Amino acid sequence: MKFLSDLISGISLGSVYAIIALGYTMVYGIAKMLNFAHGDVIMIGGYVSYCAMFYLGFPVWAAVLLAMLVCTVLGIVIEGLAYKPLRSAPSLAVLITAIGVSYFLQNSALLIWKADTKVYPSIVDGSLKLGQLTIPYVTLLTVAACVVIMIGLSIFTSKSKMGKAMRACSEDKGAAQLMGINVNRTISATFAIGSALAAIAGVLLCSSYYTLNPTTGSMPGIKAFTAAVFGGIGSIPGAFLGGILLGVIESIAKAYVPNLANAVVFAVLIVVLLVKPSGLLGKVVREKV
Amino acid sequence: MKRIVSVVLAAMLLVCCLSACSSAPASTSNDSSAAPFKIGGIGPLTGDAAIYGQSVMNGAKIAVEEINAKGGVQLQFQEEDDVADGEKGVNAYNTLMDWGMQVLAGPVTTGSAIAVSTEAYNDRVFAITPSASSVDVIDGKDNMFQVCFTDPNQGVGAADYISTNMAGSKVAVIYRNDDAYSQGIRDTFVAEAAAKGLEVVYEGPFTKDTSTDFSVQLNGAQAAGADVIFLPIYYQPASVILNQANVMGYAPTFFGVDGMDGILTMKGFDTSLAEGVMLLTPFSADAADSRTQAFVKTYTERYGETPNQFAADGYDVIYTIAAALEAAGCTPDMSAADICEAMIKVMPTISVDGLTGQGMTWSASGEVSKAPMAVVIRDGVYVTP
Repeated sequence: MKFLSDLISGISLGSVYAIIALGYTMVYGIAKMLNFAHGDVIMIGGYVSYCAMFYLGFPVWAAVLLAMLVCTVLGIVIEGLAYKPLRSAPSLAVLITAIGVSYFLQNSALLIWKADTKVYPSIVDGSLKLGQLTIPYVTLLTVAACVVIMIGLSIFTSKSKMGKAMRACSEDKGAAQLMGINVNRTISATFAIGSALAAIAGVLLCSSYYTLNPTTGSMPGIKAFTAAVFGGIGSIPGAFLGGILLGVIESIAKAYVPNLANAVVFAVLIVVLLVKPSGLLGKVVREKV
Repeated sequence: MKRIVSVVLAAMLLVCCLSACSSAPASTSNDSSAAPFKIGGIGPLTGDAAIYGQSVMNGAKIAVEEINAKGGVQLQFQEEDDVADGEKGVNAYNTLMDWGMQVLAGPVTTGSAIAVSTEAYNDRVFAITPSASSVDVIDGKDNMFQVCFTDPNQGVGAADYISTNMAGSKVAVIYRNDDAYSQGIRDTFVAEAAAKGLEVVYEGPFTKDTSTDFSVQLNGAQAAGADVIFLPIYYQPASVILNQANVMGYAPTFFGVDGMDGILTMKGFDTSLAEGVMLLTPFSADAADSRTQAFVKTYTERYGETPNQFAADGYDVIYTIAAALEAAGCTPDMSAADICEAMIKVMPTISVDGLTGQGMTWSASGEVSKAPMAVVIRDGVYVTP
């Protein structure tokens, strides 16, 4: 019984990681860069929805939509100002820029909303009782949102025109451009989608755990990045699987070896990467010489 | 040419920085004819523990005004923010030293107090903390004193109270194992519980990084059949625990220590969840004595909320400083180091009647003698059970 409850906590945590990891993986898969500011876009999404609900009196769905809109615009602006000029720069320069953007967002939030932790209201109250098991509705919502987003993204990238363009860019930017694909616009669209996902993740993260402060996004961001690598970075089902597994491992570790919870999570990651360096569902890509 | 421009720019930047430093911080001054002693206060005015710092400073300011109005020792009080962080605490301390601080009232939280007390010890500045309760704050530092009871006292007090008044209950402990305050209380609580035959059925540690999700710890406590959960932690994570337990439909008795104080004034927190929460505190705003009532009235009028234990600690710390300054015969023209030596000598000899305890006395090591008291939250106020 306790094991089942822990498993459910793990799946709940894991679905949040998975939604964040989907954003990481999309951007990495297409733009081939690690967007370390992703976790902070989540935090901004959390704050925007919080303010919309608290100060503007928006209903939940409108607050989520507003957060998605703001984050999408923010994602496009960040990409345009910080990353686009570095399109042909070495990947290390882009990585450092991303870390810079991350700090910029955190400190801006600190300036605007101050350091105190806000108590974020739960967007759906109550819980489902199954015998002795209690599952909060917000957990069910998170898992459902995660599955829907994962399936939606898979269909989008395999069927739609923009999705196909994204895959083409991911395989070979130069060749994609020769085929008449606007690479820059495709990458911007990827950022827009990734940031909109971040807004949803922000709302779900804050409402599952009630807290919101300027560093809310950083630890889940790192964990979700780990999840993306775990599942095979660049792969959409991989990010989903990696996120859920990471959440479950973390919860079980917290329950049975409480003092080493985080160490266990990363030890599992190391073992997986030793056995399967491309991650669980990652493709092995041969270096072209 | 470019180089000259950059040198000029750098010089300008430097000048700007220096002038910013030298501009004196605004102060809650008094217009008394006698020169005042400069008392500095350090505590979290923003951040996760902001309620502690703000309450202490508010209480301290009321005490300063009362003492100044009486004539006699005159005080000038200046507060600095440390966000409950050691590094920022040392910065705040340095800012206050530049201002000319002679006695330090603070820091408010343990982590910051440990860092700052080392500096204060080296500089020979007398310091008395309103609420940093770890033994490490005063250990080996003859100039550090406390107004609150120490962590071992809180752990022992809580275990004694539960074993006497809730005999036969099964206790779970959820604590933060990367925090000296929380770990310290947990250690003495568990040791005392074992000595008293109190059954601790579950222990769930967490760290700063994992302080947002307690579902696993609550599952563990529930599965172990705990009916009392001991929370030697600050109010912010405690509010998350109360929320999550509520969603789970798990309703044990939550038992906090002084860190739980502040939960009722947390913005956005549904205080009905705190109904029935018990905590150890030396101060209860519903006490009948006239001094407490006068303080509660002034505080409520001025700040619009009922004072918690930290406000009372802040008030007492200023009265203690004034009493010691008077007993030691200090004058405002003495250096901080001279005042420090004089006050260290008189501290073990004075007795102060405060809001948090009658006839408080101090040992030479800096510990205060007073007993923790348990209260329970009913209809949003503390009452004695």
